[in-house]
Amino acid sequence: MSVVTPSNEGARLLSIAGLNAYFGPTQVLHGVTLDIAARRVTAVIGPSGCGKSTFIRCMNRMHELVPGARCEGAVRLDGADIYAPEVDPVALRRRVGMVFQKPNPFPTMSVRENVLAGLRLTGRRLSEPEDAVVERTLRRAALWDEVKDRLAAPGLSLSVGQQQRLCIARALAVEPDVLLMDEPCASLDPIATAHIEDLLSTLKATYTIVMVTHSMQQAARVSDETAFFLNGELIEATHTDALFTAPRDRRTEDYITGKFG
Amino acid sequence: MLNLKRHTDREYEAELGQVRERLLIMAGRVEQMIADAIRAVGERDPELARATIAADNKVNRTEVETDELCMRVLARRQPMASDLRFITLALKMVTDLERIGDLAVNICERAIDLAGEARLEGVDALQTMATLVQSMVHDAIDAFVHADATLAEGVIARDDEVDEAYHTYFRAVLAGMTRDPASIERGIHVQSVAKWLERIGDHATNIAELVIFMVRGTDVRHPGKLDA
Repeated sequence: MSVVTPSNEGARLLSIAGLNAYFGPTQVLHGVTLDIAARRVTAVIGPSGCGKSTFIRCMNRMHELVPGARCEGAVRLDGADIYAPEVDPVALRRRVGMVFQKPNPFPTMSVRENVLAGLRLTGRRLSEPEDAVVERTLRRAALWDEVKDRLAAPGLSLSVGQQQRLCIARALAVEPDVLLMDEPCASLDPIATAHIEDLLSTLKATYTIVMVTHSMQQAARVSDETAFFLNGELIEATHTDALFTAPRDRRTEDYITGKFG
Repeated sequence: MLNLKRHTDREYEAELGQVRERLLIMAGRVEQMIADAIRAVGERDPELARATIAADNKVNRTEVETDELCMRVLARRQPMASDLRFITLALKMVTDLERIGDLAVNICERAIDLAGEARLEGVDALQTMATLVQSMVHDAIDAFVHADATLAEGVIARDDEVDEAYHTYFRAVLAGMTRDPASIERGIHVQSVAKWLERIGDHATNIAELVIFMVRGTDVRHPGKLDA
């Protein structure tokens, strides 16, 4: 029995109910039910293989891109079922963006082109000049001051930490509601990590953020709510302050205090 | 409920064990100090009082060592959940234990003053109070060692008995002083001793409350008073 204590304050933007996920015959998520708070950072923690990445990949239908992978249950974004037949997964992914563990700017593109790439792919007509979009988005990703004089340089010429913020900018350019982040700081040094964490605290005013992280300290530092997964089950989800000071489930307690096996 | 599962990192486990050990040593010392201080008062034994005062040094040293250990664990391990509650408890508990040691010293100083006085009346009542607070300190520490919130609740409940014993004793001494003004100086000294025993009870209660927080993760201090 899992312990889920959704907070009362604020709206719940994403609502997941009875989510099962499979790779072929192997079930990797078992009946996960969780509401994600709007404009908050929700951290997803748990050991490797616990299903936390699969969980967030079910939220923008990336899970099904793996051959043989499928899921069942309900995932609602703002009340609407994202797995309804009429939903276009590409359009969905514009509303629910993803940032990955390793920064992956498009290698042949400049900084500027990377920011605009998502917009161009969606073929949406811009209501403002591209330059304005580039500047606004890079500012939002806390990168503008560092790259404004080399917008034409290749994205890969930036430092790894800057590349990751560039990827965040690329995700933000299409104006998503939700930003999914899969270990966004795993390949970054502490300084680049601090930049991303600082960025999260401003981004959450506008976006709903769900972040998978292996670092419990990071989850404790930046998230408002934390969900702990183990063996494909959601064990406990509650306010981050409560989870890291007084978790209610013994399995959460053992994991976050470092009692493994 | 005690979690018998161990930390995967054995050195971390050992560091937490060291903090626990220091607290136990410190607790054992202050318990002995309370017993000796009251014996020094009752038997008017200034030598025992002086030896007990000297013993406070060790308590103070253990306090500093425990503080340093806790700081190191906080800096290096960033403890979470029950470990975090344990370390923050340890930091507060050393302060309570150190204060108990100081109060025992205060009692010893009075024991030295009282040594030249005539045999005191009502010392039995002081002894009863001392036994009570000693048991509170003992059980508070025991509750901590065994992560036993029920035992800690018993300590908190006993604090009312101590308060009542203190007030009864205070009034009895006061009546004695009114009857016999020559006993006033002595009376004031023993009233102070009683007051300090009562304070020791308060510190034991603090520790018991911390233990409940450590075990259950709920704060039982200042019930219903923080919202006012």
